[in-house]
Amino acid sequence: HFILLFSRQGKLRLQKWYTTLPDKEKKKIIREIVQIILSRNQRTSSFVDWKDLKLVYKRYASLYFCCAIEDQDNELLTLEVVHRYVELLDRYFGNVCELDIIFNFEKAYFILDEFIIGGEVQETSKKTAVKAIEDSDMLQETVEEYMNKPAF
Amino acid sequence: MPAPIRLRELIRTIRTARTQAEEREMIQKECAAIRSSFREEDNTYRCRNVAKLLYMHMLGYPAHFGQLECLKLIASQKFTDKRIGYLGAMLLLDERQDVHLLMTNCIKNDLNHSTQYVQGLALCTLGCMGSSEMCRDLAGEVEKLLKTSNSYLRKKAALCAVHVIRKVPELMEMFLPATKNLLNEKNHGVLHTSVVLLTEMCERSPDMLAHFRKVRQLFSSQLVPQLVRILKNLIMSGYSPEHDVSGISDPFLQVRILRLLRILGRNDDDSSEAMNDILAQVATNTETSKNVGNAILYETVLTIMDIKSESGLRVLAINILGRFLLNNDKNIRYVALTSLLKTVQTDHNAVQRHRSTIVDCLKDLDVSIKRRAMELSFALVNGNNVRGMMKELLYFLDSCEPEFKADCASGIFLAAEKYAPSKRWHIDTIMRVLTTAGSYVRDDAVPNLIQLITNSVEMHAYTVQRLYKAILGDYSQQPLVQVASWCIGEYGDLLVSGQCEEEEPIQVTEDEVLDILESVLISNMSASVTRGYALTAIMKLSTRFTCTVNRIKKVVSIYGSSIDVELQQRAVEYNALFKKYDHMRPALLERMPVMEKVTTNGPAEIVQTNGETETAVLETKPPPSGLQPANQANDLLDLLGGSDITPVIPTAPTTKPAAAGGELLDLLGDLNLTGSPVSAPAPQIAQPPFLLDGLTTQPLFNDIAAGIPSITAYNKNGLKIDFTFERSNTNPSVTVITIQASNSTELDMTDFVFQAAVPKTFQLQLLSPSSSVIPAFNSGTITQVIKVLNPQKQQLRMRIKLTYNHKGSAMQDLAEVNNFPPQSWQ
Repeated sequence: HFILLFSRQGKLRLQKWYTTLPDKEKKKIIREIVQIILSRNQRTSSFVDWKDLKLVYKRYASLYFCCAIEDQDNELLTLEVVHRYVELLDRYFGNVCELDIIFNFEKAYFILDEFIIGGEVQETSKKTAVKAIEDSDMLQETVEEYMNKPAF
Repeated sequence: MPAPIRLRELIRTIRTARTQAEEREMIQKECAAIRSSFREEDNTYRCRNVAKLLYMHMLGYPAHFGQLECLKLIASQKFTDKRIGYLGAMLLLDERQDVHLLMTNCIKNDLNHSTQYVQGLALCTLGCMGSSEMCRDLAGEVEKLLKTSNSYLRKKAALCAVHVIRKVPELMEMFLPATKNLLNEKNHGVLHTSVVLLTEMCERSPDMLAHFRKVRQLFSSQLVPQLVRILKNLIMSGYSPEHDVSGISDPFLQVRILRLLRILGRNDDDSSEAMNDILAQVATNTETSKNVGNAILYETVLTIMDIKSESGLRVLAINILGRFLLNNDKNIRYVALTSLLKTVQTDHNAVQRHRSTIVDCLKDLDVSIKRRAMELSFALVNGNNVRGMMKELLYFLDSCEPEFKADCASGIFLAAEKYAPSKRWHIDTIMRVLTTAGSYVRDDAVPNLIQLITNSVEMHAYTVQRLYKAILGDYSQQPLVQVASWCIGEYGDLLVSGQCEEEEPIQVTEDEVLDILESVLISNMSASVTRGYALTAIMKLSTRFTCTVNRIKKVVSIYGSSIDVELQQRAVEYNALFKKYDHMRPALLERMPVMEKVTTNGPAEIVQTNGETETAVLETKPPPSGLQPANQANDLLDLLGGSDITPVIPTAPTTKPAAAGGELLDLLGDLNLTGSPVSAPAPQIAQPPFLLDGLTTQPLFNDIAAGIPSITAYNKNGLKIDFTFERSNTNPSVTVITIQASNSTELDMTDFVFQAAVPKTFQLQLLSPSSSVIPAFNSGTITQVIKVLNPQKQQLRMRIKLTYNHKGSAMQDLAEVNNFPPQSWQ
């Protein structure tokens, strides 16, 4: 399945696909889904049946987080997964807002990859996940080190 | 060349663009800069450039020229490079790209890197988008990492293994030994991923499932009790801030364990028994105030429903669902309705108790909830509550969105047909549907309705009167007008004579009736089918009405020159009737006889009977063999009577080999039972000429392979069964076997049933036998055709089971047929 983040104006902020599809398809799907979700009003449920998948979405401030899951997956749990991801982002950035994700999109991806692999949750503890990212960040060389280290 | 701008700046610049065109310009400029930078093989800034490229890719611009650069980044020694490189790989280099495979070597090296974070990156990338070749190459490395003591790596390796299994299922066995100790971990991350791995294995392969259920693992007890213990610890243990979500410890892990338990307990009594307690505990102890608690309860309910749990537990589960329904949160109601829909077949009574809540959900604003409530309501309608439910459903039909109307209307028709308490109520309901949702009613509903109306003879007057009144005001709804015109045509005399017992009779003159029908003909809103109905109706009235025959003649002759071909043809023919064949007119236009009731093919019907036959088969001993003689009798009557209407045999033929196989598997051991004696009715209809000609073999293929020797498959107690073979040249893996059963004793053998089973690699199809009685003294035979599909050209083996009545006692025998000639399967 896949995960999408987009703003209220329909601009994509993050996309993670766990299945292989041609680029054109992906664009089409994104357009369709953004349209469907933006047109739903406040009082409807967070689940939409789409093709043979279920879309679970949740809005946090100005960002929509959307996950596509298969039939047998637990929808309510997916909502929790989304919430946990937001918590991780919050913990890492400190009071995260949309701008943080825009300017640091690569970090957002890294955090997502520490939390979910291949569509499944890998770490259920907030502390451990954030620590792993921080440690990896430490490994990222400073500018001097970077310039001096051999490339290959 | 000046240093390329930093990522942040690029983003900021692009965001200042006010129009799409401006943005595109900026991006193109930057792309050009990046491309030249790549060409210069600049190591220092590659990372930055690729990051910018990824940003542009996210905005939707093409970025494929960066693919090779990602590879170079991955190969670099610097961690920063690797990080961005792998990210780029995951975004740009999916399986469909040619350079995808080049990553394999890099990943392999990184999997053995000294830094765990690098190893982690490699595992992550492989687990998200590794292709099957990559997976095959690197599976060994993954397996090694699965056994390491580093929990950070172990959990990633487990999920990577899941991906490998999904891509290349054959490699599943490789990971089996590594799973032995996985559940002994304390680390929740590893536990969670291990459960996911075990779940994936069990879902993919029933062998694995059996293995996990029974085998004792090294150093630990069996799997189910182990899982139960872990779950228990989770619930009982105190507050653990690391894994806690709103007071519940590690809900993710809990839900995954529940799901694995569900798979383990499905269709397995022992496992299910071991789980009963813990499931009850989870169900009662979990707090429901937050979404988390509800998520766990939802999973628990699904598990209880799927395994062989005791009835008390099931009632508990349904009550939980009932409570969900009353919850204000839409999500929870949605989830409850979905689960109830799944369980309504098996636990019908329990769900009935919540009927009123479900009906209330029909009035909800959310579209998905309404749809589910509607489906559930149809499933719950039965003889007792049909009046009340119908009222609600009709009200729903009035107010629901157009996309539902067609389904709702069909559903109402089906339900009304099955449970109508009285004919009048039935007709009233149909009328109501036609008038409110007329244009959405499916086309096939019209003939069904007409047939229904002809059946209720005493209601004709009432019906026609009501229909007349309905179209008097408004004739835009096509199905309504079609039915109405047909009825007026048939029963116009009843209408005019003003006899109606049920209602206040209205005074209608013949002219008024003709006015209406003519306006239908003229109106622009009428479809041409409707016009056809109206014209025919007018014609029929010529025999029923007395004083307006001339008017009718005039109308009919006008349409003799109509543009619409159908209409013109009809009008011309009717004209001819008036002129030349006037003596035949009354006979031709006589009232229609009551039509034979054709069994409806509505999906609800088949689901019902399926459910019934399934439970019947599981509980009682005489399975399909009981149905078989009835079917044969039906078929024979069909052929001999030669009536036009073929009764559709209601049980779905091919889909339930598992149910039948349940008992027979015990007798037939490990061979797969695929030949169900309840065979498809379709071949039957096509075969009448052949079977009527005699009980001889049917040449099913035009090009028959020459002379395969026939064999005697069975010869005992006077019953002899011969197999003759035919092979098709067009499809060499299909063998057609015709069996002939003969009886050399002095008494007939009755209720003869032949069943066959073949090994798993084959597929079998049994067609209907010619009869179920083998007459004595070899005076006749039963023939039956078997088709065997043998794609792997393996040696044909078959086990057969014969049951019949002879000399007043029931006989049954099993045999194995091994003497198939090689030409029949090579």
